[in-house]
Order: sequence, then structure tokens, then C-alpha cells
Amino acid sequence: MQITLHLNGATHDLDLDPRTTLLDALRHHLGMTGTKKGCDHGQCGACTVLMGGRRINACLTLACMAQDAQITTIEGLGSPERLSPLQQQFLDHDGFQCGYCTPGQICSATAMLEEMEAGWPSHASENLDGPFELSHAEIAERMSGNLCRCAAYANIVAAIQQAAGTTDHREDAA
Amino acid sequence: MREFTYHRAASIADLSPDATIIAGGTNLLDLMKLEVMAPPALVDITHLDLGGVEPEGEGLRIGALVRNSDLAAHPVIRRDYPVLSRALLAGASGQLRNMATTGGNLMQRTRCPYFYDRRMACNKRDPGAGCAAIGGVTRNHAILGASDHCIATYPGDMAVALMALDAVVEIDGPTPRRVPLADFHLLPGDTPHLETVLEPGEIITAVILPAPPGGQHRYRKVRDRASYAFALVSVAAVIATDGGRISHAALAFGGVATKPWRDPEVEALLKGSEPSDALFREAADILLRPARDWGENQFKIPLLRRALIATLRDATGMETAA
Ligand SMILES: Cc1cc2nc3c(=O)[nH]c(=O)nc-3n(C[C@H](O)[C@H](O)[C@H](O)COP(=O)(O)OP(=O)(O)OC[C@H]3O[C@@H](n4cnc5c(N)ncnc54)[C@H](O)[C@@H]3O)c2cc1C
Ligand code: SF4
Ligand code: FES
Ligand code: FES
Repeated sequence: MQITLHLNGATHDLDLDPRTTLLDALRHHLGMTGTKKGCDHGQCGACTVLMGGRRINACLTLACMAQDAQITTIEGLGSPERLSPLQQQFLDHDGFQCGYCTPGQICSATAMLEEMEAGWPSHASENLDGPFELSHAEIAERMSGNLCRCAAYANIVAAIQQAAGTTDHREDAA
Repeated sequence: MREFTYHRAASIADLSPDATIIAGGTNLLDLMKLEVMAPPALVDITHLDLGGVEPEGEGLRIGALVRNSDLAAHPVIRRDYPVLSRALLAGASGQLRNMATTGGNLMQRTRCPYFYDRRMACNKRDPGAGCAAIGGVTRNHAILGASDHCIATYPGDMAVALMALDAVVEIDGPTPRRVPLADFHLLPGDTPHLETVLEPGEIITAVILPAPPGGQHRYRKVRDRASYAFALVSVAAVIATDGGRISHAALAFGGVATKPWRDPEVEALLKGSEPSDALFREAADILLRPARDWGENQFKIPLLRRALIATLRDATGMETAA
């Protein structure tokens, strides 16, 4: 079927089997291999992308259902010349070892910081109405949908805390 | 994944008994990838006008397409129905909650590992095939509400809180109707493939909450890791006290039963009584009277007892360490 995807500010027309997930459309049909496939079942977060600015698992999303939405992947958050604050902080803090989970971690953290700013509570929040602090416990809970097999968690938390100081978490603020 | 046709519904009239509804997709696509579910036709309802959280009478009407993350963060839910926010926030991950819908969450299927493995006999997947879980590894399975045909738990968190809030499910279809959530999920009996009263061609359009119950709200979830895991045992509690006595007690349980579980006898015992450890132990005795284990899940019996007592102590202002 004919599907139009709006990805990182560009528009792509694709002819896809309805079974194609957004993840496979990105990687196999658009050559955007920044987004990773870990489990393909919603259990690891490696495939995290932003859809309409919100973090989702691309492996459990059909490409045909993503039609009309604005998709942002790690490639759209920043470029090697202009890294997003989170991309920069992951580098500065060694927020990875093998790097396989990293695009998902950064996409997830980008949206997670916006959820914090919007005043969303988490399971770790003492009070549902805040105030919410970027404590270790809050970050661990809010980022629990992103597993890291290398267990770079300590540095991931540090990178996120450092990046939170800067307000605009992404290059393409659209 | 088996082939299917995809259709984006423009109105409720586009639904048909032959097409399976897809909303967030987080449960359905998972099961379709494993071919545990293989619907020949999907109808995407995410563009229908079924969002929004609106006042209805003294309560609220929650649209079936409201995402779990939006519902948990909704100011009125946080203020008046905090047990629901807490249950939602204890489920899945930030990403999944952004996708998962209110309707889809109610309809989520069991996490019984034999149901997920097509090489195994499963009455739920394949009626009449037998149940590989009975006599197999039962650590995840139910201690309440099971039958000789199926011992799988209802895995969700949201519905457990909704049970304690006396929620009602609004259904559209050939005969629009409203069904109390307590009557929505079915016990497995000898038809474990039938999980709810929803008929083919019907759709959940909303969940209705009655007036805010007040009192203390708790959702206590015990799981194998601190986050991003299904409940081994969960307790939703809405408890009010008046003049040193319990004036309102609504308790529902997850992870332990074949459907979101509520026991009127437990609540009747608590209502009008003074909070005490002796009372809470008696409540646990009543709750566990029908409990039955299948070996590995034996631990859920003492775990449920302790989780209930700890939740009651907490909600009535007693010290939490029993
Ligand atoms: C890794 C992982 C961890 C999870 N952890 C938890 C957890 O800890 N706690 C928890 O509670 N849940 C958990 N979940 C489950 C998650 O909450 C559900 O998958 C989700 O709520 C389903 O909603 P959905 O909109 O994505 O449903 P879909 O996958 O779109 O649909 C699920 C079912 O509901 C039907 N359906 C959907 N909408 C309607 C409607 N309006 N009317 C009638 N039928 C409808 C569909 O036909 C389908 O059969 C987890 C899921 C994953 C993948
Ligand atoms: S417990 Fe139920 S879901 Fe699990 S294998 Fe038995 S019949 Fe199937
Ligand atoms: S690949 Fe999507 S969550 Fe693991
Ligand atoms: S850096 Fe290797 S999986 Fe996270």
C-alpha cells in the first residue's frame, strides 16, 4: 500500500506491505539505520523514536499507522556538526559502551525531559503534583523503557542530568 | 506475521465483526508477530473521535483512545482518582504508555508463556487443545479464579485501579450498552478463549468513573524488578476512615487472578470496623479462602496476604512495616 512518512522534516512516499513496522520502514526502506532493533517486541527501547514529539517504540507501530505523523529519529535530533545537547552529553560522559542502545536512549531522554517540563509524574514521584527533581531515582524510573546490555546506566544518568540544564533538547525543535 | 488488510476507520460505522480493532498496537502487534493472533483484517480506530476526558454527572468520561500517559498525567485524575494515576504509572514504560490506549489496555491479553508459545497446548489460543501450564511452570499464574481449563492471570494494572473505582465500560455496536467493569472480564471456566463480554463488531468507546470516592488511594505493585515489569501481586485500595472507623473500603487485586479481582466479603468486613492488625489479618484470610496454587506460584499466597496487610496499614495511617 502507498504510505507517506514525514521523517526528520522530509516527506517520503513508500509502497509497503501493511505488515511493515515503522522500525523496518526506517531501516530497510529508507536506509535510516540510526534507529536500532533489539527485541522487536517492545521490551528494550532500542527502537525509540519520536512521533508527534512523543517517544514511542517503532517496533510496535505499523508504518501505515504512522502516516501523517511527524517522525523524528536520532538522525533528526542533531548532526555530527551540530549535536543536540543530549548527544553532546552522552559523548562527554561516556554514556555508552557498544552504542547499540544509544540512539533509543537519546530519543527517549529527549522526550522524557519534555515530559518532566510538562509536569508529568512518574512511579518514582513522591507526590503526583510534583515538584519533580531529576534525581537518580526519577531518571531510572522514567528511562526504564530503555535497557542497556552494557550497563552504562551510571553515565547515562549523568549525561541526562547535565543536558537538562540546557532548555532546548533538540536541534529540530518542530 | 500473517497477511492482513488494513483499513483506517473514518467512523464507528466502518467497524465490522470481521475486522479486528487496532489502537495503540502494543499488545496486538506483539501477538501478531508471534502469530498467536492472526487477524485477516485490521481496522485502525486511532483517527476516530474517541479521545478526551470530560465531566459526566459528578464523575468523568474517559474516551477509549486516551493514551495511558495522558490519563496518568491528567490533572483531574491526579487530584480525584490518584489510584488510577498510580496504577498507570506502575505499568509498562514511558514509550508504551504513550501508545497504549484506555480501551486497548482493558482488552490486553494474558502473559502466560504457554499462550505465547504456539508449540504448546493452550485452550485460550486453541479451544479444546488443553493447557500446558497446568503441570508446567506456573510461577506467573493465578491463585484466584482459575479453572481446570486455564490458570492464566489478567496481567494489567489500569483495570485493577478502575475496579476499585467502580468504573463502567461504555460499548458501542449493534446494541450500545454500559457494563460495570466488574462484569466486563469473564472467568475462564471451560471457555478461556472468551475473555470479556465484548462481542465481535462491538467497540469500547469510553470508561465512565462515578463521583470521586475521596479517602486514601494506594496502588501497591510487587514485581521482579523495580520498573517495566508485570505485577506478581498488586493491590488497589481506596480507603476512608471516619471517627476511627473505616467508612469506605474498595480493594482490587492484580497479578493473582484470572480477571481483575474484587471480593465484596473483604470489604464488608472492613467497613465499620476499627483498623487493626487483627482485622487486616482476617481480611486476608477471607480474600485467600478460595486461593489455590499450582506449585511455583505458591509464593503468591503469602505475598498477597502481606501486600494486602501492608496496603491497609498504609492507607489507614498505621505504620507500614507489619
Ligand atoms: C514490554 C511490555 C510491558 C508491559 N508492561 C505492562 C505493565 O506493567 N502493566 C500493564 O498493565 N500493561 C503492560 N503492558 C501492556 C500494555 O499496557 C498493553 O499492551 C496496552 O495497554 C494495550 O493497549 P493498546 O492500545 O496498545 O492495544 P492494542 O494492542 O491496539 O489492542 C489490544 C487489544 O484490544 C483490542 N482493542 C483495542 N482498542 C479497543 C476498543 N476501543 N474497543 C474494543 N477493543 C479494542 C484490540 O482488538 C486488541 O485485541 C506491557 C506491554 C509491553 C509490550
Ligand atoms: S493457563 Fe490459559 S493461557 Fe496459559 S496455557 Fe493454559 S489455557 Fe493457555
Ligand atoms: S526493538 Fe522495539 S523495544 Fe526492543
Ligand atoms: S551501550 Fe551497549 S547496550 Fe547500551
